[in-house]
Formats: sequence, C-alpha cells, structure tokens
Amino acid sequence: MSATLAVPRSGLFRRLLENPGAVAGLVIMVALIILAIAAPVIAPHGPAEQFRESFLTPPFQQSTFPLGTDSLGRDILTRLIYGARLSLLIGAVVVALSLSIGTMLGLAAAFAGGALDVAIMRLMDVLLVFPSLLLAIVVVAILGPGLTNAMLAVAVVLLPGYVRLARAAALGELTREYVVATRSAGAGVLRLMLLVVLPNCAAPLIVQATLGFSAAILDAAALGFLGLGAQPPTPEWGTMLADALQFYQRAWWLLAFPGIAILVTVMAFNLLGDGLRDALDPKLRR
Amino acid sequence: MFRLLTRRLALIVPTFIGVTLLGFLLIHSIPGDPVEVRVGERGISAERLAYFRHELGLDQPLWKQFLDYEGQLLHGDLGRSVVTQESVWTEFKTFFPATFELSVCALAFAILVGLPLGVMAAVRRGSALDYGLIGISVTGASMPIFWWGLMAVLIFSVALGWTPVSGRIDDLFYIEPRTGFLLIDAWFSDEPGAFRSAVRHLILPAIVLGTVPLATIARMTRSAMLEVLGEDYVRTARAKGLAPGRVVVVHALRNALIPVVTVLGLQVGALLGGAILTETVFAWPGVGHWLVESVQRRDYNVLQGGTLLIAVLVMLVNLGVDVLYGVLNPRLRH
Amino acid sequence: MRLRILLLAGTALLCAATAQAKTLVYCSEGSPENFSPMLNTTGTTFDANHPVYGRLIEFKPGETGIEPGLAERWDISLDGKVFTLHLRPGVKWHSNAAFKPTRDFNADDVLFTFNRQAKDDHPFHKVSGGAYDYYGDMGLPKLIAGLEKIDPLTVRFTLTEPSAPFLSDLAMEFASIQSAEYGDVLTKAAKPEQIDQAPIGTGPFSFVAYQRDATIRYRRFDEFWGPKAKLDALVFSINKDPAVRLAKLRANECQVSAYPAPADLPGIRADASLKLMDQPGLNIGYLAFNTQKKPFDDKRVRQALSMALDQKAILDAVFLGAGQPAKNLIPPTMWSYNDAVQPWPLDVAAAKKLLAEAGYPEGFETDLWAMPVQRPYNPDARRMAELMQSDLAKIGVKARIVSFEWGEYRKRAQAGEHSLALFGWTGDNGDPDNFFVPLAGCAAARVGGGNIAKWCNREFEALVGKAVTLTDQAERAKLYEQAQIIMREEQPFYDIAHSVAFQPMRKNVTGYVMSPFGRHIFDQVDLQ
Repeated sequence: MSATLAVPRSGLFRRLLENPGAVAGLVIMVALIILAIAAPVIAPHGPAEQFRESFLTPPFQQSTFPLGTDSLGRDILTRLIYGARLSLLIGAVVVALSLSIGTMLGLAAAFAGGALDVAIMRLMDVLLVFPSLLLAIVVVAILGPGLTNAMLAVAVVLLPGYVRLARAAALGELTREYVVATRSAGAGVLRLMLLVVLPNCAAPLIVQATLGFSAAILDAAALGFLGLGAQPPTPEWGTMLADALQFYQRAWWLLAFPGIAILVTVMAFNLLGDGLRDALDPKLRR
Repeated sequence: MFRLLTRRLALIVPTFIGVTLLGFLLIHSIPGDPVEVRVGERGISAERLAYFRHELGLDQPLWKQFLDYEGQLLHGDLGRSVVTQESVWTEFKTFFPATFELSVCALAFAILVGLPLGVMAAVRRGSALDYGLIGISVTGASMPIFWWGLMAVLIFSVALGWTPVSGRIDDLFYIEPRTGFLLIDAWFSDEPGAFRSAVRHLILPAIVLGTVPLATIARMTRSAMLEVLGEDYVRTARAKGLAPGRVVVVHALRNALIPVVTVLGLQVGALLGGAILTETVFAWPGVGHWLVESVQRRDYNVLQGGTLLIAVLVMLVNLGVDVLYGVLNPRLRH
Repeated sequence: MRLRILLLAGTALLCAATAQAKTLVYCSEGSPENFSPMLNTTGTTFDANHPVYGRLIEFKPGETGIEPGLAERWDISLDGKVFTLHLRPGVKWHSNAAFKPTRDFNADDVLFTFNRQAKDDHPFHKVSGGAYDYYGDMGLPKLIAGLEKIDPLTVRFTLTEPSAPFLSDLAMEFASIQSAEYGDVLTKAAKPEQIDQAPIGTGPFSFVAYQRDATIRYRRFDEFWGPKAKLDALVFSINKDPAVRLAKLRANECQVSAYPAPADLPGIRADASLKLMDQPGLNIGYLAFNTQKKPFDDKRVRQALSMALDQKAILDAVFLGAGQPAKNLIPPTMWSYNDAVQPWPLDVAAAKKLLAEAGYPEGFETDLWAMPVQRPYNPDARRMAELMQSDLAKIGVKARIVSFEWGEYRKRAQAGEHSLALFGWTGDNGDPDNFFVPLAGCAAARVGGGNIAKWCNREFEALVGKAVTLTDQAERAKLYEQAQIIMREEQPFYDIAHSVAFQPMRKNVTGYVMSPFGRHIFDQVDLQ
C-alpha cells in the first residue's frame, strides 16, 4: 500500500546528506536539542538568578558571564540556553497543533466535499486575508498575553497552509486507482482517510511542518517582542528582546545575542525544510 | 480572461462577508471594553458606564450589533474611533499613505536588487556569486525583522550617524499633507532640504522591510530562471546565435517572471505583517502602528474598520495578481 | 561618533532655522486623543492642549496654589456657596482657516464650556462622544447648583454645599475655556466635532497642525493677554520609545524630552550638553489591605505585614532611584503633610511576633494583586509584587501573585475581590481632599468605589469631612495632620512610594518650570 512512499524514502536520508544546507540545518537542530535537554547541566547559572552587583556587564569581560548580564544582573548565556527549550517547545507545540488540526480539516474537506468543503475552504480564505501577525495579535488580545496563548495564536495563523495542502494532496490521491480499489472493497471513510490517503500525501505536509517550525518560532518571537508573548521573567528570546528595548543604546549585547539565536534557529529549520523538500520531491531537485 | 475575472469577483463576496463576521466576532471577544480601559484609577459609576455603553451600542445583543454594523457598511460608513472621535475612514486615509509609501519603497528595493541578483546567480550557476546569493537569501528569509530593524538603527543611526533614528521627516519641516505621500509632498513643497530629509528617513525602514521579500524574490528568480534556461526554446534561441544577454532578458526572464509575480502577490500579506513590526521599530506613523495601538485601547471601531480595509486590500491585490498572472501566461487565459 | 551625529543634526537645524526662527521641539511620549481637555483624562492629551487653552483660574507655575487666569478676581459669599467671578476684559481668541473671531472672550464662553459638560440638552453635549469624565469625577454635577451670566464680564457659580477645593477644580485642564462663537460657526458649517480636532483657545500658543503619531505644531499667539511666549514656534515630536526620545535629545533633534527611562538617568547626568531637573510627583503608589476580609480586618495583621516589607529594596529595584519613600497617603510637597508620622520600621522579628499575637503564628496564604501596566506611580507592579512575595515569605505569609487585564483589574479591585492589591493615585488639583476622600473615605469604600482598602473609619471620616467645608487653610491642615496619624495606626494601606518625575533637556533651554501635576508647560520657556 505504501509503495509510492517507499521509493522516495529509501534514498531520502542519503539525498538529504548530499545537501550541505540541510546538513548544516540538521547539525544546528541537533545541537539545539542537546542544549535544551541539558540546559541545567550546561548553563553556568540559573535562568532567573539575579546578580545584584553585576547589572549590565558587557560580554567577553568576565568569565562568569561570557555574554554579559542584563538589567537585573541575569546571565545572558544562561537565559539563551534555557530559551532554546522554549523555542523548540513553541515550534513543536505549534506545529503539532496546526498540523493535526489542519490535516484533519483538509482531509475532511476533501472527503466530504459539498457544503462542508466550501465552508472550510472559505473560512481558510478569510483567515488568509488577514495579515498573519495582525490576526495573531488579535487572538492574543482575546486570550490574554502569555506563552500558551501566543502558541495558540500562532497555530491558528498557520492553520490555512496545512488545510489547503492536505486537501489538495488528498484530492489528488482520491482519484488514484488504489484508493478507488480500497473504497470499492468497502473500507470505512475514516480508515481510508487515515490509513490509506494520509500516508501518501505525507511528503508535502512534512516539508510544510519543518518550515512551519521556523515560522512558529519567528512569529512567537515577534509576539514576545510586542509584549504579547511569554511574560517576563521567562527567558524566551523574543521577550528578552522586548526587555532589551529600554537599554539597547546602552547595552547592545542585550539586543544582539537573542536576535542571533532566533536567526540561527529559524535558519536551521528553513535549511532543513528546503533540504527535505528537495529530497522528497525529485522533480524540484536540481 | 473576463470569465476568470468574474469568477474571482464572485468568490470575493462570500469572503468579504466572512471577513466582516470573523473580524466582528474576534474583536468583540477581546476582554475589557473601551469605556473601562479609558477611565483608569478613577473608575466610573454604574449608571455612567451604562450610559456610554448605550451610546456606543454595546448594550445591544451581539447579533443586533453585527447587523447594525453590516448596515452601516452598506452605507459606506466605517464608524468613528471610540478614542479620538475621528471617523475611521479619515484616520485610515491619514495613516495608509505612510504604510503604502514604505511598502512600495521596500518592494522596489527588493525587486531592483533581488531580480538582477537572481538572474545573475542563475546564469553563473555554481559561481561564488551564486553561493553568496544562496547564503544571503537563506539568511534574509529567516530574519526576525524587528531585531534586524533595531540592529540597523543601532549600527547605521546611532553608531555611524548615517541616517536618522526614527520618524518620516525632520520635525522642523512642516509639509502640508496634500497627497499624504511624503516623498511627493516634500518634492513639491518649497522647503529646501525637505525631500532629502524624507528620503534619508525612508532608506533604513525600506531596506529592513524589504529584506524578506528580497530574499524570496532573489531565490524564486534564481530557481525559475534555472528551469527556464534549461528549456528547449531557450536552447534553440541560443543555438540560433542570439546574443546571450538578449536570450536571458527577453526569452527566459519573461517566463521566469510568472512564479515570481505569484510569490510577490503572496508577499503582500506578509509585507503588511512586516510593516506592523517595522513601523513599531521606526516609530513610522502608519496603519500597522495605528492598529496595534487600537488593540491596546480596545478601540473596536478602528480595529474592525481597519482590519476590514486591510483585508479588502489584500483581496484586491490577490485579484490583481491573478489578472497579471493571466497576462503573463497566455495559456491560462482559456 | 556622537560628534558626527551632532554635526549632522546641527547642519540640519541651521538649514531649517533660517526658515523658522526659535523653534523648540519637545519629544513627547504619545498622541493626544483629541484637542479637547474636557473629553479626556490622560496627561498626554492635557500636555498637547495646554499651550492652546486658558482657564478661569490657573495654577501658579510650578506650584499647586492658584492665581487669576481668565477670571481677574473673585468673591466668595460668607456661607462659602456662591462664587462670583469677574472676567478679564480684552482677551483675544485664536483664529484659523474656518474661524475669525469677531469678539473678545466673555461670559458666554464660560457658559458654553460648563454647560456643554453639564447639560444633556446643550447642542454640544453629545459632540465627540460626550464623555466628560473629569467633570463627573470631581463631583461637579452634584456640586454646581447653578451657573449664571450676571453681565458680559461676570459669572456666578452657586454650589449646593461649601467646597474649599472648588477654585482649584476650575484651574484643572477639563475646565479649559472653549469659544462659544467658534461653536456657532462650526454648527452652521455642520462640522461641530471640529471644535475638538482643530482647537481655538486663548492660550499663549495657537494650534497650527497635527499629524497623527508624528508631530503637533503651535505658533506663538501675539495677542495673548498675559506675558507673551518667548518661542516663535513649538513642536511636539511624538515618540513612544524612551530610548528614541533620548537619542533625539542627544542629537539636538529635540530640546526637551518627556519621561526618560530610569535606567538612562546616570547617562543623562553625565552628558555635558544636557541638564536634568527633578520634582517629586503628586502621586502615591500603595499596597491596599482589604480590611473587610479576614485576616486583614485585624489591624495587627496589617501592621505586621507592613513591618515585613522592605521599602528600600522596592525603591532600588523597581523605581531605580526615581522614587521617594512614602509614609503618608499624600506626598510631602502637599500642604498638611504630617512629617512627624513615623513609618512602620522594617523588623521581621517584631512582625512575626505581632502576627502570632493576632493568631497567625504560622502565617497564612493570601493573594497579592499586581496590575499588568506601567502607571505613573508604579513603574513595574509585577516586579514589585515579586519582591513583596519574597519579603512576606519571611514571616510565613505565602502570597500568590494575581493579575488581570487593566480595565478588569481596576473593576475587580474596586469591587473588593482581592486580599492585597497594588494600586495608586495621581493628584488632580493639589488639594489633600483629592487624596483622602476618594482613596480612604467611607463613601468610596462601597463595592465599586475607589477605596481599595474598603476601609471606613468614623474618626477619620469626621476629620476629613469637616476639613473640606472650611476655607482657612491652616485650620484644614490641622485636621488632615490628625487624619494621617489615624491612618498610620490603622494602616489600611502600606504606602510605598511617591515617584519622582525627571525632566531632561538641553543646556540652552531656560525658563522651564516643572509642574507638580506632571504637565509639560512651555509658556515661558526660551532657547539661549
């Protein structure tokens, strides 16, 4: 049944490793995961620990604070390491939410057709018409600022992409012979949907999910920057940037390092996503 | 072509109604109401609160408020800001040109730099230039632009002093907003140096806002060009001995533009999202700035009207992209 | 590199200076809601309106005392209920493209201004939403029984009861006088709301133009009745971000800047081209104990908690030096401040002992509310709550920090749903009555009232109730001083701090006087 998937999968990993960008992305991602898991071991201090005699220490001057300290005397490096946990968590939760709900809605639209299809797709059109950040801001305003709500808001914003993708892929598969055959053999709709069609349209969804990771991290950081995401003293990178605003002309390091962390992380997932797309879709390969 | 247009237009109507409904529901779900937010420490007596809620129509059932709102919209009335008492349309008209000017300049920057870079990279595939471009486009597409904006201010305005810190023009110039587009107004004003000042203020925000589209455009152009350059008719043209530059520009680029234009259209929504952040960083008095403030002030009417206008704008741009797509790709006309 | 910024800005300034002589740019913190002080309650809007409008009575520059404004002098009847105001003759109105005044300021304008706010059937009452919050908040709808025009230059207010602070109320921004004639012209043009968007006043500067979220421009009004403004033009440059305001001040893009970030104060002091003025604010940030809830109905518990809180740590960490320790509800600059009051000392052992006497040797659990927004009297309530939480833990009181959206927070706190709540107040007219009655009076202790401690004490009530009816300030001061002694003993509030306002400006700015009400006033400011 998964014959169509088996072909690309066999060479998938090898093809991924041929792509230097994807390898770089993979390496950074693994490093981040290690940092996140081992944060309490690796980080020199506690993330909320305040050193009252070392406010705004510049970086590269004291070996205890390699990247300097913030306005409350907290170690930047420590907070960045703990922040990796949050960013990965945000990416994972948002992708899990939008991927699962989006795929369900997309498959439902494709299978049911008719009024439900129209209703779902028009709703997605409507969501797409609002600039995503504005929509996220409004959703956070409704739910109240905070990390959980920011994740929900970003998940809502990313939803239409998955719905459209899943629907299009499923529609493509539905006309294939094997589906028609399974259907006439009397398989239930749910079974057909989840066990037959879904695995066969997984490739574009996996790519979208990887890229969605970076979009989620970026959007959540933007919300944090606007004061609507994770609340202080949470060491979320976007929130750290918002905290740095008051001081940014005096203490550039408050601004520079969290931003670089966001940039590198987002880049890693983008590279990996691009690599996956190339590897999964031979047509797009160079 | 005409059929395509009418079909698209027919689709717009339900989307529009959906947008008004969703916008209305979302905005009315925001906790706290404009009267409560305004009164501060002093508080407000129950009867005065009731009076203002009545004046604003907030005491009506939600469905009635929505129908009233739709009725108002049919008359072209977007209501008044609860905070400033100005009409939402007037406010939009004062803020929109600033955002439009910024976005156009950002897009112009992105296209003028991104398109040639993409073409050159494709033509010299595998060269240092090509790899450099890939690096830039990956970085640009991953850029948290609020951070990039602040870093740019820190480096170019604060440290190097090349550009002003924020705003649209030096405060000492007073330019009568005739068109609202400051570059145009300043050009025709009799204040010496005003135009220069406006340009200097615009450069940095336009570059920052243009970064993500630049990366996308350069990358799309490169891959589209690669594909087209490999096709038969280009090879034929080359074989016929046409000048390579002419082949690239006339034959290949025209076809490569199709996906680029589509991506460009999709960028408009993202561009407006980016404008919200860029305007926040540069204190740019535009629509993004205006809407973010309205969320904080619980100014329902502005939020509703403003998001609606933006949504309509995005719909129109998408329509425009469809049409342009049809023009560029004759095969789609039928 | 700073030199380079200065040079650039300097050349820009020179180019422009030839076109516009002596312009002062003030970096303000936000956009005004509109140009009608009576409709608004925010300092930002008041600042933007102050140059344009005049009031019957004015606060003396830099003080809370009053002096004549558009009213030259006044008589008060013996029973303290009838105020007759004699208006200044020959006061000119501004003009703009839509309006050329044909007459001077007179009693009709006074009636227009007050009746617009007071009377539901006044043609302008509903214009621009008709929310006259301050007029209502100061109790004027109940207090003013009548307002009559005796002759073109005399008006008479009749009150329902004697009120000592009434004249100070008339000096507040909401009592800024608008032109009745302008109102007529706009009514004829069917654009009544323009009265609140393109203001006409009698002030030292006339309004030129407003670009939302960017600039407000004013020009000197040469026919101003009082001492003319020294500046030819005044520009408000609107910048929300304090770092940007400071950068512009340093680059001489503006000469006076609003609300510096406390973190930047050392840098401003060290900058030779800048100077920094400061003034204690007319405000109080406090922690309210809900005296109607157990265990805070016992004053020993309130006293014990007060002895556990480290006021100095709060001032250092939260106010970063921009605060003054508080021991009374009113700030020390206000007359009747009782400096003899001794604050509860920081003494953890004594606090524990007192708590045990009250029946809580092991402490207890409670909630501690912190507002989500920055307020003038409290730069960071959440951080403050975190500090208090750890202080209270030392005497066994486990506090859970609670917060709501700001409108909701105020509503719930005023309904008395909290046990401990951070809150505060900014004074309006410099009268002690404006602190004691709305914050600690019995009437305000009702559900929904502004007395967050929900505290009602007969003795205290009698003192402040008597004080407001007297006109002799020395006698009133004595009563208020006693009231403060009662508050210290009963401790319904833990007074935290009075925030200090800082005003950075360039060295060449002269004549700037800080307002105790937090206004930014440029009437007599000059550039050297």
